Amino acid sequence: MAKKVLVLGELRDGSLRNVSFEAIAAGKQIANGGEVVAVLVGDNIGSLGKEMLQYGADRVLNVENEKLKHYTSDGYSQALLSVIEQENPKGIVFGHTALGKDLSPKIASKLNIGLISDVTAIEVKEGEAVFTRPIFSGKAFEKKKIIEGIVFITIRPNNIESLSKDENKTGEIQSVSIEIKDLRTIIKEVVKKASEGVDLSEAKVIVAGGRGVKSAEGFEPLQELADVLGGAVGASRGACDADYCDYSLQIGQTGKVVTPDLYIACGISGAIQHLAGMSNSKVIVAINKDPEANIFNVADYGIVGDLFEVVPLLTEEFRRMKVGSSS
Amino acid sequence: MNIFVIMKRTFDTEERISISGGKINEDGAEFIINPYDEYAIEEAIQVRDEHGGEVTVLTVGGEDAEKQLRTALAMGADKAVLINIEDDIEECDQYTISTIIGEYLKDKEVDLILAGNVAIDGGSGQIGPRVADILGISYVTTITKLEIMGEKVLLTRDVEGDSEIIETSLPLLVTAQQGLNDPRYPSLPGIMKARKKPLEELELDDLDLEEEDVEAKTETIEIFLPPAKDAGRILEGEIEAQVKELAGLLNKLV
Repeated sequence: MAKKVLVLGELRDGSLRNVSFEAIAAGKQIANGGEVVAVLVGDNIGSLGKEMLQYGADRVLNVENEKLKHYTSDGYSQALLSVIEQENPKGIVFGHTALGKDLSPKIASKLNIGLISDVTAIEVKEGEAVFTRPIFSGKAFEKKKIIEGIVFITIRPNNIESLSKDENKTGEIQSVSIEIKDLRTIIKEVVKKASEGVDLSEAKVIVAGGRGVKSAEGFEPLQELADVLGGAVGASRGACDADYCDYSLQIGQTGKVVTPDLYIACGISGAIQHLAGMSNSKVIVAINKDPEANIFNVADYGIVGDLFEVVPLLTEEFRRMKVGSSS
Repeated sequence: MNIFVIMKRTFDTEERISISGGKINEDGAEFIINPYDEYAIEEAIQVRDEHGGEVTVLTVGGEDAEKQLRTALAMGADKAVLINIEDDIEECDQYTISTIIGEYLKDKEVDLILAGNVAIDGGSGQIGPRVADILGISYVTTITKLEIMGEKVLLTRDVEGDSEIIETSLPLLVTAQQGLNDPRYPSLPGIMKARKKPLEELELDDLDLEEEDVEAKTETIEIFLPPAKDAGRILEGEIEAQVKELAGLLNKLV
């Protein structure tokens, strides 16, 4: 049965996050031939809706208000609930991002409905959508469905493939004006730290360091490798506990769970808590001096050696390959 | 100040996961307080020590959760509440749990509720915001700093590595992110004292809830382990040659 599905696009620094396009693809699956309506929320959305259309949305709703400049659960829930009331969708898809994680349970509670969070795969059988999500930080998976009513999910970035972009596709972009009242939380300041580079949760390539990196300066060669590959730098808990880097970089059972196309673990022993955060990566490379290190058990390719020798060589090699392929 | 902490008993992070009879095998597994909830308990104790009041640690689960509640009491919480649903509920989801917690808390004069931002087993992170919504109070998730000045509250929130400085007021629910504090280990005198602290046990009946009121909205169809990975390949030869080979193997990915 065809369903109308509402998909939340997510803005950051004036552009759309990739997870927005992945959400459209997820929405299409749930819609099963029905309309996919994208919602953009902010104070200055401009013409970003066009891109949502090019990635497959059938229609775009812009909810613009100066009180929606920063995300707040009060502001965004008012915006979304008013759109939901107006559109009466049978499915809703958010990204499982900081914003989506914070907002989705409130919307679900307000609508008195179920919510399946952190979905990594969708299958549709006889018109009914079944969702796969990791549990125990990826040590196991479960398949879930919504028993009745609105199908509401959040999707983990970088797992559901977006549709290919069609530059010629257009569609209707409508403005929705709403009144935002009572913001009980006020954002006084935003301190940009880790996200100057590529966001860990959306990165296609992650270069991660552990205790073997030995110091904060030791992360520099890892950053250089990440830069060459257009990736992000992550860390094990050991490296964070030792103060080599900020906890915001931590990957593991506590910390972030990531699934990049390529994960390069440098000087990481591979404690089970760390593996829980990265073992579902598509290709894993381990670089470690200790041939017995547990990380080699999950690695697709391993180099037994000193990361301070191997990583700069690898950076050089990739740099050479990039130059070669672009000339 | 009347402070509540929502806690969950979870598998130890060291545990390997196996499945038997379509369920996660719990035999012989070690259980702990969900690590993010430990930050919440620690913060609650610190807030109470600074501003006065009482910390009540609350969990929904079975008899076995008493152990983790006692640990929280040994850390320094004042009271514990176990809402035991073992006999009443077979299938539960985040709707079920948050409805029960909301029902319990709705007539308490709550100033501050703390919880972990996510449980490391189910991993949905829904309970905190759902409970706040049921109670009609505001919430801030993944906090790394909490300062209370009278009615005013100043928070730092971790947003995927960036920090937001947020001003709000009590009553409030917050969920803890790593970096909020260093949870204490229970001291021996703490453990002794914890034995005498009140631990109240309730069932759905005591909350005037029927099973139908908390019926899950989602259903788990299947639980499975990730496919086993093929053994990887350790490269051999001179380091320079290994690096060249590796770069070649990864070429199509990057």
